[in-house]
Amino acid sequence: MLRTRIARPLLAASRTRAVVVPSRTLIAQPPHLPNGAPPQPLPTAIKQNSPETVAAKEHMGQLVERYEGLRAKAREGGGKKTLDKWKSRGTGKLGARERISALLDPDSAFLELSPLAAHEVYPDDLPGAGIVTGIGTVSGRRCMIVANDPTVKGGAYYPLTVKKHLRAQQVALENRLPCIYLVESGGAALPYQANVFPDHDHFGRIFYNMARMSGLGIPQISVVHGISVAGGAYMPAMSDVVIIVKNQGRIFLAGPPLVKAATGEVVDDETLGGGEMHTSVSGVADYLANNDSHALRLAREAVLDLGHASVPSVKPDRPVRPPVYPASDLNTIVPPDSRQAFDMREVIARITDGSEFREFKKEYGKTVITGFAEIHGHTVGIIGNNGVLLSPSALKATHFIELCNQRGIPLVFLVNVSGYMVGQAAERGGIAKDGAKMVRAVARAKVPKFTMVVNGSYGAGNYGMCGRAYSPRFLFMWPNAKVCVMGPDQLSSVMQTVSGKRHSDDAEKQFAALRDRIEKESEALYSSARLWDDGIIQPSDTRDVLGLAIELAADEKASRKNGGGGGGNGTRGEIGADGDSGDWGVFRM
Amino acid sequence: MLRSLSRVRARTPLVAAATARRARPLVPTVVSRRQYATPAAASASTTAAPVVNYEPAKEAKHLKKVLIANRGEIACRVIRTARKLGIRTVAVYSDADKDCLHVEMAYHIGPAPAAESYLVKDKLLAVAAASGADAIHPGYGFLSESPPFAAAVSAAGMKFIGPPAEAIRAMGSKRESKEIMVAAGVPCVPGYHGAEQAEDVLCKAAADVGFPLLIKPTHGGGGKGMRVVRKMDDFVEELRSAQREAAKSFGNDEVLLERWLERPRHIEVQVFADTQGNCVSLWERDCSVQRRHQKIIEEAPAPGLSAAIKQDLAEKAVAAAKAVNYVGAGTVEFIMDAESGEFFFMEMNTRLQVEHPVTEEVTGVDLVAWQFAVAAGNPLPMTQAEIPCIGHAFEARIYAERPESNFLPDAGRLIHTAAPRDAPHRLDTGFREGDDVSSYYDPMIAKLIVHGRDRAEALAMLRSALDQYQVVGPSTNVDFLRVVAAHPKFAAGPVETNFIPEHHDELFPPKVVPAEVLAQAALSIAHHEPSQGEGAWGSLPGRRFTDSSAHNYHFDEGEVVVRQRPDFSYDITVSGAAAAEGTPASPATELHATVKRTGEHELVTQFAGSHGTATVIPHGPKLHIFTPEAQYVLRRRGAEVEGEETGAGAGSDALTSPMPATVIDVRVKPGDTVTEGQVCAVLESMKMEINIRAGRDGKIAAVNVGKGQAVEEGAVLVALEPVEEAK
Repeated sequence: MLRTRIARPLLAASRTRAVVVPSRTLIAQPPHLPNGAPPQPLPTAIKQNSPETVAAKEHMGQLVERYEGLRAKAREGGGKKTLDKWKSRGTGKLGARERISALLDPDSAFLELSPLAAHEVYPDDLPGAGIVTGIGTVSGRRCMIVANDPTVKGGAYYPLTVKKHLRAQQVALENRLPCIYLVESGGAALPYQANVFPDHDHFGRIFYNMARMSGLGIPQISVVHGISVAGGAYMPAMSDVVIIVKNQGRIFLAGPPLVKAATGEVVDDETLGGGEMHTSVSGVADYLANNDSHALRLAREAVLDLGHASVPSVKPDRPVRPPVYPASDLNTIVPPDSRQAFDMREVIARITDGSEFREFKKEYGKTVITGFAEIHGHTVGIIGNNGVLLSPSALKATHFIELCNQRGIPLVFLVNVSGYMVGQAAERGGIAKDGAKMVRAVARAKVPKFTMVVNGSYGAGNYGMCGRAYSPRFLFMWPNAKVCVMGPDQLSSVMQTVSGKRHSDDAEKQFAALRDRIEKESEALYSSARLWDDGIIQPSDTRDVLGLAIELAADEKASRKNGGGGGGNGTRGEIGADGDSGDWGVFRM
Repeated sequence: MLRSLSRVRARTPLVAAATARRARPLVPTVVSRRQYATPAAASASTTAAPVVNYEPAKEAKHLKKVLIANRGEIACRVIRTARKLGIRTVAVYSDADKDCLHVEMAYHIGPAPAAESYLVKDKLLAVAAASGADAIHPGYGFLSESPPFAAAVSAAGMKFIGPPAEAIRAMGSKRESKEIMVAAGVPCVPGYHGAEQAEDVLCKAAADVGFPLLIKPTHGGGGKGMRVVRKMDDFVEELRSAQREAAKSFGNDEVLLERWLERPRHIEVQVFADTQGNCVSLWERDCSVQRRHQKIIEEAPAPGLSAAIKQDLAEKAVAAAKAVNYVGAGTVEFIMDAESGEFFFMEMNTRLQVEHPVTEEVTGVDLVAWQFAVAAGNPLPMTQAEIPCIGHAFEARIYAERPESNFLPDAGRLIHTAAPRDAPHRLDTGFREGDDVSSYYDPMIAKLIVHGRDRAEALAMLRSALDQYQVVGPSTNVDFLRVVAAHPKFAAGPVETNFIPEHHDELFPPKVVPAEVLAQAALSIAHHEPSQGEGAWGSLPGRRFTDSSAHNYHFDEGEVVVRQRPDFSYDITVSGAAAAEGTPASPATELHATVKRTGEHELVTQFAGSHGTATVIPHGPKLHIFTPEAQYVLRRRGAEVEGEETGAGAGSDALTSPMPATVIDVRVKPGDTVTEGQVCAVLESMKMEINIRAGRDGKIAAVNVGKGQAVEEGAVLVALEPVEEAK
């Protein structure tokens, strides 16, 4: 792994700018180059009290605050009253987030996914799509946790609930994370059944994924806290291990009313599908818990017994050092007017270890930045935008992706792209085929990819910069981020042109409305509500969120090398595209 | 060191004045940080004279090898002096002590219970013989005051480092010792114990005893029929009333009279005698701060006594020792009336005592070295006139116990200990970090000793040393000692033996955990200085990205929400503990803090300008927080500590051990029916017997323990079934 590291001279462009001397002292000594010269941190041109910085900070501050407010609201789920009512149904009942807290190791971080899912999508409020998903440490192992929130429509599965659940499973599959399902749900939201039940990526896929992951040696554990009925009953039934709470957890294919209607049999909930029956008679559940806390402790114990069927943690490639610039500066980089350019190196300097960046092909194709760095000790290849993608930029990015792919170095995309260059010169230069090279390279790269939408992600630039369709392991957005086929102004003006409508007040109004709608649809919130991303984060959390995500991939890679897991390997790719060497998984006997 | 030099200068003339031709004191046992707090060091630093410099007798005799028939702190204490004097030592250990600090060149003497190890004379004698020891030091406790053991040691041709068996026996008998003392002119508590019960006889006796006096039924108990009478005029009336009550309660109206001390102090005098018939006093100690009749803070000299009284005490103590032909170190205990200064002989402890270091501090004498010298047959190293009393010393005993639960002993592993860092002190201990405080023996962890120029200075030193002393593992009385040491009445001067019960409420102030401390606890988990070699998951504890970087921490004492600001400072919301039903929760406190971690467990926090440090040590679900002002134990709520039932047999029907203990009796068997309050098992822990009672009527479902078994805290001893099933 010895790689020669070259100290980069200061940017030519930045020589003329005031270079701010880093004020934070390094806690760890930087690793020295073979020739003894310490690597240099990137310089910065951000001046703390300049009008631009203050304006950017204020703008980002407002956005951050707005999203904090929205998340705070979503975190409450169905609200405190509903939660209290729900808790009164049994002793020791906990809320979904309380369950997660109790399940996690006390000091565990929790990388929650898409907390704003379903925001203003349905006529009814559906905070977080009624389900909490995220990655945390349970008994020392990273696990995917999927918790129904029964205070939101009784934990019913709306279309986006299904999507969020499937996304969590996808993340678990890609990172070989044991799944722990904290179940309390009435099953599919019946009025939405057409968009919940029948299709490829609908309700059934949840159980298909459970079977497949189990077969691939990724453990599936269910804790049945409450009702788990009809389709929902398959959640525990398809799990490797099931824990059920006495007098509260219920598993049945049909509840007492339906049983009565169907067969005339009169039976109560507990007799029909209670914990004691399922652990002592049917064998549908394996462990009987006295209450929620006890059940979660049993789940923590179950994780202890996963043996080789989970991913052990590996050490990072290099000693971790913080960036020399504070993360808070990340709130001051993007100008309030999103069309104004900024230097992506300012972002890189605030997320990489020691603020170092070993830049590749710096003098070529300058609208894209490529280079190596460490994030939380893990070496990554970073691709960032510094303007529109031109042919040389696309070729440079393609070259760099090939390098990373050859070396097994994960890729981090820092996105601020308005697209590939248009116009006669660009077309004549073959931008279409050069852009396609980059898109192909992104699509076929075998290394884990991580996408952070720092500002705009427009047009084919979205593809080249590893948009959602290009299966990054994780895709997070900054609050100011925008994702759209093109800018709202351009879009409405194109529409105006192709419609052939003449200028009139009516037409103006119509296209202004279209423009406004597109503007709204390109917002991060609109995207996050529809699971086009894994969540909107604070800019200052960028390094840490990426660090956690990259480390999951590093652990997964190490486990593949070590032949970890009960069955097979090769967990990349679309779930349905089999071809993995997984086996049957665990049948419930 | 500037301060220490000035202290040395200040003390030197005193030393000179006290002892014109005083020899250098023996090496006191000192921990390294404390050079300047002892007269020995003071002397050493003002002259180049060797430290051990007393003039031995012409044909000085020396011990060669000493067996220490003890354990823990006192064994270590004896070993230290022996080493300094070139005397080899042999230690003994039981199963429970095999990894202890005192165990070096050591012989195994049996299982953990003292009755099968440290109290077995034959084993000890056999080890002494096998190891070639020429003397046995019994320490304190165990066999230190056993006449047969002293005799057996002598009979085996070895020196017993202590008084002759006959002196131990004479002083061991309450009645006999009193008679000897009266004969020797040592005052005893006046009283009338005669069989003659006529009223006029009793009146006359009362006048002789003096007032106030106590009328006590001869056959009584439990305080029934007892009367305190303050003047002769009231005597007859009170007597009759006492007799009536005695007759009614005990069927016998006989009473006895005893002088009553309204405000008794516990004053004791350290004496030392040699085989040549010399006997000196090393002045007095005050041990009035007691809980459950055990001393916890001792000091020398006793505060507030006139020179005449001190002289009188010393003389009476020497007379007491001489009356029994005493040899070696001994302590004559007196009960003293706080107002009149009258004192009366209580008993003599014929051994080196736990609190001997305070005497060593003020006299500069190494009492263990003297014990060796005397045991070898040498005369006392100093005459009475040569023994100084310089400055003031305190000793605080650090116990593994729960003061708030009536000082119940505790046990467990010392997962973290830290001696005071910036306070001069002496720490005598038999434990290291990582050692277990066993339930088989005395739960004293350490003795913290300070020596100042005067009482106020010494007390301030004691407080600051206690402030900095850190123990995590078993519960300790450190915080309680801090409160005692800071009590205004104690600071003002002498206190009486009922100081702790009398000021109970002040000494147990309701433990309010300040919001800042809860915040520090949360920050100790939340705040992470990036460190080398850790990955992201290991270095981002508690992070919640979708929750405004907020961390939620739940403690029994309150809830803390920590939000990191972009400038890496923290906004903290502390809300009161989940309030009892029906009462409103205490209002939330908003704080803003910056944090710096200065060590693995040390934090420097800044709340709105106030700078604070805290050491936070996690211990299971508990967090121990040491601030310069106080120490706190917070309990973190999580999966492990939620109120789940742990399975069959536990639940409310289980009788559990309240502490690590040994079962000394099981009084029920499965199938027995018991009634509420019935004793089902008896435990012993640290010299205390604990009755385990049924919490309600029921039938014994299971008995999980047997006699002699050691049990951990929380162990289920006996399981009950509902009484309905019993029928």
